[in-house]
Amino acid sequence: MDATTTATDTVQQGDSHEHGLSDAMAIKIALILAAMTALEVSTYYVDFGAFFLPVLIILMIVKFFTVVSYFMHLKFEHQMFKLLFYTGLGLALFVYFVALATFKFFN
Amino acid sequence: MAIIERPTPTAAITLRAPVTPAQSMGIVRRPVTSTGWKSWVFTVDHKKIGIMYGVFAMFFFIVGGVEALLIRLQLATPDGKVLSADLYNQMFTMHATTMIFLFAMPMAAAFANYFLPLQLGARDVAFPRLNALGLWLLVAGGLILNASWFLGGAADGGWFMYSPNSGPVFSPSNGVDFWTLGVQIAGFGSLIGSINLIVTILNMRAPGMTLMKMPVFCWMILVVQFLLVFSLPVITVALVLLTFQRSFGATFFDVAQGADPLLWQHLFWIFGHPEVYVLILPAFGIITEVLPTFSRKPLFGYPFVVFSGASIGLVGFGVWSHHMFATGLGPISVAAFSIATMAIAIPTGVKIFNWTLTMWGGKIWYSTAMKFSIGLIVLFTIGGLSGVTHAVAPSDTQQTDTYYIVAHFHYVLFGGMVFGLFSGFYYWWPKVFGKMLNEKLGGWNFWLMVIGMNMTFGPMHILGLQGQPRRMYVWTEARAGEGLFNFGFWNKIASLGSLILTIGILFFLINIVYTARKGKIAPLDPWDARTLEWITTSPPKEHNFDRIPVVHHLDDFFHRKYQEDATTGELVQIATGEQLVRAEEANADAHIHLPSPSYWPIAIAVGVGTLGFGVVYGVPIMIVGVLMILGSSFGFVLEPSVAQDIDYDPPASGGQDTKELAPLG
Amino acid sequence: MAMWLFLGSECLLFGGLISTYMLYRGRITQGPRPSQIFDIPFTSVSSFVLLMSSLTMVLAVTSTQRRDYERSKLWLTVTALLGATFVGGQVYEFTAFYNEGLGFTTNLFSSSFYTLTGFHGVHVTVGVIMLMALRGIISKNRDTGDRAEVVELIGLYWHFVDIVWIIIFTLVYLIPA
Repeated sequence: MDATTTATDTVQQGDSHEHGLSDAMAIKIALILAAMTALEVSTYYVDFGAFFLPVLIILMIVKFFTVVSYFMHLKFEHQMFKLLFYTGLGLALFVYFVALATFKFFN
Repeated sequence: MAIIERPTPTAAITLRAPVTPAQSMGIVRRPVTSTGWKSWVFTVDHKKIGIMYGVFAMFFFIVGGVEALLIRLQLATPDGKVLSADLYNQMFTMHATTMIFLFAMPMAAAFANYFLPLQLGARDVAFPRLNALGLWLLVAGGLILNASWFLGGAADGGWFMYSPNSGPVFSPSNGVDFWTLGVQIAGFGSLIGSINLIVTILNMRAPGMTLMKMPVFCWMILVVQFLLVFSLPVITVALVLLTFQRSFGATFFDVAQGADPLLWQHLFWIFGHPEVYVLILPAFGIITEVLPTFSRKPLFGYPFVVFSGASIGLVGFGVWSHHMFATGLGPISVAAFSIATMAIAIPTGVKIFNWTLTMWGGKIWYSTAMKFSIGLIVLFTIGGLSGVTHAVAPSDTQQTDTYYIVAHFHYVLFGGMVFGLFSGFYYWWPKVFGKMLNEKLGGWNFWLMVIGMNMTFGPMHILGLQGQPRRMYVWTEARAGEGLFNFGFWNKIASLGSLILTIGILFFLINIVYTARKGKIAPLDPWDARTLEWITTSPPKEHNFDRIPVVHHLDDFFHRKYQEDATTGELVQIATGEQLVRAEEANADAHIHLPSPSYWPIAIAVGVGTLGFGVVYGVPIMIVGVLMILGSSFGFVLEPSVAQDIDYDPPASGGQDTKELAPLG
Repeated sequence: MAMWLFLGSECLLFGGLISTYMLYRGRITQGPRPSQIFDIPFTSVSSFVLLMSSLTMVLAVTSTQRRDYERSKLWLTVTALLGATFVGGQVYEFTAFYNEGLGFTTNLFSSSFYTLTGFHGVHVTVGVIMLMALRGIISKNRDTGDRAEVVELIGLYWHFVDIVWIIIFTLVYLIPA
């Protein structure tokens, strides 16, 4: 691939390999994720009372960002990639939360 | 190798693959001709794709224009007899859909495709074959949309397709099915196109061109593509839900089943409002190139123009509910959206201020391109002001669904967007076709359009405030009102205006024919322009630049022509554009390899089109479509982006038939 | 970069589908309620399968980066198989629900449920096809310089499908309407 047409300050992809995840690390993270899933599923069997909803939501968010940051190694990527992805995510959250709010979904 | 810098997964596996496409798909060698119809249909050249977008859009501009004329004829007199109620519904629905999805967006895509790489100093876009795919998907979508005219009636629910009008009960023909599928497919095309253009802008600028040295047109296109990338998936969801409702019996918008039809409105406008900026920002970009060139001054406040454009885009995502003030959102929502909407007037005002100050004190050259740009500033401002009046929720409640709204958005879209595009036609025609559009015919074109447009849409303010509703196929003498506010009088003026507008546009078409036959050959730098697209020949060579320019300034081409005199501090011309182009030619790069044409983009698009018809006409056709898509996707993926030697025809007439473009060396 | 943009865009797609589901999940005029038909242990297992396929995908990416193509082929196959298992589970689940009286058109809950999970299933299926194709290409060609990059990009897509399921699993299955 010829990169000569690239501007000096452009974003180069794939320079993250050095920071990439080692296999052992990946397995550890997967185990943690599995444990969190087990905890989530346990809410089905054990009554968590008032903690039920917050626990599930927090676990979901933690799992989400763990996969994004480590498995998708966004944590180690160029700012631009974070911007692209998190803009999409942020906009999605914003517009759909507002839309649901107008339906009085959260009341 | 190819100038594709970072391929997508689909395009990526191909690099230096030992498998030739001939072997990998077993049937065909890839196309290599550079003349004849095949060179267009299978091309991946961004310039040819750009021109095809333009031709496609122009065709549908005329189609949509005829639809508009029929509407105006129907409304010219009370109890019009030109169209039936049903046909009238189809007419305004398809007029809007055609103008937005098949004229405005493709025409903006035409400009973006053609000029983005040229202004960035690149030889093509980042993913040339995806670029072709985007075009052909759009064509497939356009054909499906309009096929409905001949297959039992077009869509008739308005371009916003509110439920329940879009449901099977109130719209029993297949029109809405074709509409959802057509818009969906065209939407996929734009999504692909916009991802491609964003990567092009971020990765393929010429050396030295930082983002803040990039022409404003590119900036506006960048903002637009972001809007598309993040808003198209929302309409995709809405269209999928509607398709499932109509074709597979779901009840997403059926009140009887406990559904909330407002869901459609939210989804539609979360897409629909950014879409409005998708339409207008390219025009802003074009006139921001035209105004400094013809004022012979640099743009006033470049960073302000850039950031106001970006903030229009961002805030544009937070105002969709102002289309729904009349639905009873509740006071908090209405207040919040009302304020956000008014806030958008600020960056827009900043832009108008900057354009005006760019002209202030300049040596203005009233070319046709410049006239259209100035026209945009004036007419868009009028439309913007009426826009602020419906940001105010109470007055919006009065105006909703009246002709006042029609007046507003035609001032911003026709007076804004269309004038911007016409400005672009006159400015860049010599670049694209090497001939100058006739300025005299251009003058007629401009003035008739200004007069026609104001006569058509100006009276609609009055009609709307007097209570004439939109989308009604007749108005009656009994309710027409009296005196100065008589519906009859103003409707006649509007219909007359639409005829004058038509004649104005006819002058443009005449101008094209005249220019093609007898037009003056364009000099290399006819307007004393400022940006990089002028540093190559007109029309540009297939590889755009003989040498990739190195950029040091904003408006680099201008700075290569003029420099400040060290002692007096005045700008002195040190070279003409012509000299600069010749200098580039003399120092051409050796090895230039361009991506090669491909069958697969159009093949995939045909498959998608077939799938679309399948959704309406039954599962067997769907399966054929899916198989076609799968097969051609594999062809697409397995094909190297640059043809292998084996695929070239043997050079018959001195190498003229081959695709090798650069001096061999 | 294009992949990240595409994923950013997909956020809004799934966001829309999830919101539709959230809005309509309680609107049940007829047919069984979710709590009556959801088989949480079964779905937990298939969620776990999909989660583990993310791990194998990571292993496929790292082994491709090491140019250990035998390993990467192995891990790609395993990932594809896990993905296929997930899709198979979903087909089984849909069939079971259907037999219990929850058709696509039964009520708003069912329509939006099938649309959301079906869309996700289609994404997984497309992912499986891409993984298989990728495996085929790796075993055919020897000298593609950017091979690691391609595996990585498809890996991104695969992980994204996984994170969408993380959300769906919690919001749809674990939190009752």
